[in-house]
Amino acid sequence: MSSNINSVANTIKVALGLCVVCSIVISSAAVMLKPMQTANELLDRNKNILIAAGMFDPQVHTNADVDAMFEQFTPRLVDLDEGRYLTEEEQQQLGIDPQTYDQQTARNDPSMSIALSGAEDVASIRRRADYATVYVIQNETGGYESVVIPVSGYGLWGIMYGYLALESDGNTIRGIGFYDHSETPGLGGEISNPRWQAQWPGKEIYAEDGDVAFQVVKGGGSGESQVDALAGATLTSRGVENMMRFWLGENGFGPYLDNEVRG
Amino acid sequence: MATASTKTILIKPIFMDNPIALQILGVCSALAVTTSLQVTLVMCLALTAVCAFSNLFISMIRNYMPSSIRIIIQMTIIASLVILVDQVLKAYAFEISKQLSVFVGLIITNCIVMGRAEAFAMKNPPVPSFMDGIGNGLGYSVVLIVVGTLRELFGSGTLLGITILPSVANGGWYQPNGLMLLAPSAFFIIAFFIWILRNKYDEQIEKNEFEMKPHTVEKGAH
Repeated sequence: MSSNINSVANTIKVALGLCVVCSIVISSAAVMLKPMQTANELLDRNKNILIAAGMFDPQVHTNADVDAMFEQFTPRLVDLDEGRYLTEEEQQQLGIDPQTYDQQTARNDPSMSIALSGAEDVASIRRRADYATVYVIQNETGGYESVVIPVSGYGLWGIMYGYLALESDGNTIRGIGFYDHSETPGLGGEISNPRWQAQWPGKEIYAEDGDVAFQVVKGGGSGESQVDALAGATLTSRGVENMMRFWLGENGFGPYLDNEVRG
Repeated sequence: MATASTKTILIKPIFMDNPIALQILGVCSALAVTTSLQVTLVMCLALTAVCAFSNLFISMIRNYMPSSIRIIIQMTIIASLVILVDQVLKAYAFEISKQLSVFVGLIITNCIVMGRAEAFAMKNPPVPSFMDGIGNGLGYSVVLIVVGTLRELFGSGTLLGITILPSVANGGWYQPNGLMLLAPSAFFIIAFFIWILRNKYDEQIEKNEFEMKPHTVEKGAH
C-alpha cells in the first residue's frame, strides 16, 4: 500500500488532481466575486477623487455618500498633447466617452498611447495614453472651482495610481489621494496615510519660470513647494516626486493646465 | 494525542499550548495587524478559517499523500484557501482588505497554519484536525485581540473606531501614546502576556539550557 502511494505514477496523479481541484475552486471564486470587487474598486477610486478634492471626511461621510457627492464632478476628456478638451465630435470619432474611458487600458493600446523615451519618462511608466479623464467642479460663474487629474508613477514595487486635486489657479494643490499601489505596508504604503497627505494642500507646484518646483524632501519639507518625504521609503518618495514632475510637466497635464485652467 | 477529547483539542491551544505564547509561531503578523481592533478581528477570523480548513482537507487526504510531495501539497491547499479568503474579503470587506494588504497573503507563510498541518493534521482524522485548527486559530486570536485592544485603546484612544479616551487632537484630555501604534509595542504586550501565562502555568517555563556552576577556588597552577 505505502509503496503504491509513493510510486512516481501516483505522485504525479495526486499532484495533478490537487492542482485541478484547487484551480477550479480558485477560478470559480474569482469569477463569481469579480462584479462585486470591480464595484468596490470603482467606489474606492471615486472616494479617492473626493479625498483628493478635500471633500470626503472619513469622520463625517461614509461610502454611501460617495455616489451623491461625486455628482458634483463633471468628467471630461483631455487631449494631453494638445492640452485641450476633446469636443463631442472627436469623442464620437474615437469612440470614447468620459464616463467609461479607461486610461489604463488605453495606455497599453498602441493606437491610443505613445511610448515615452528615456528622457521623457520621468515617472518610469514607459507608455502614456493620449487622452485622460479629468474631473472638474465649476463654480456658479462658470469658472473652475477645482480640477482633479489622474496621476501615476513607479514607486518601489510597482506603479502608484492616484488623483491630484488642484485649485482654480492650476498651481495650488488641493489634495492628493492614492487608490492603488503596491508599496511596502508601513513604509512606502504610508502614501495613503491621511496624516501624510494632510501636508499637501496649499503647496504650490510651479516656480516663477513655469517649471515644476514641487519636491518631496527629507527632513520637514517646509518650503511652499515641498512636502516631507516618508521615513524609510526613499524610493517611494522619489517616485512620488517623479510622478508629479511628469504629470505636471509638458508631457503630462502641463499644456492642459496652461490652456484650459490658467488660460 | 490520539485519545485526547475534542474539547481538549479545542481548548488547549488557547492558554495551555498557545501558538504565539508557547509555540512562538505567527509573531510577525501579530505585530503588523494589531494597530486597530477591527482589522485584528478580521485577521483572526481569516487565519482561523484558513487554519481549520487546511487542517481538515490535509487530514482528509493524508493517507493518499505521497511523502515526497507532502509539503508541496500542504502549501498548495493552504495557498488556495488564502487566495479564497483574500477574494472574499475584497468582495465583502474592501476597506479592511486594503488595510490588511499583504498580510492576508502572508497567512500562507504563517507558521501556525503550516505547523499545525504538519504536526497534527498529518497524523489525525479530519474532525479532530478541524478542531485543532480552530483551537489554534482561537489561541492566535486571543493574543491578537489582547494586543489589538491595548494598542488601539492607548495608541488612538478608540476601540473599534469608537472614542473611549477623547484625544487631545480632538479636544479631549488623552495624549495618545505613539509607541502603541508602532510594531515594538506589540512585542512588549506579547512579552507581558507570555509572562502572565507562565506565572500561571509554570510547566511552560523552559528549563535552562545550561546552569552556571557555583564559583570554586581554583587549585591548579595558572
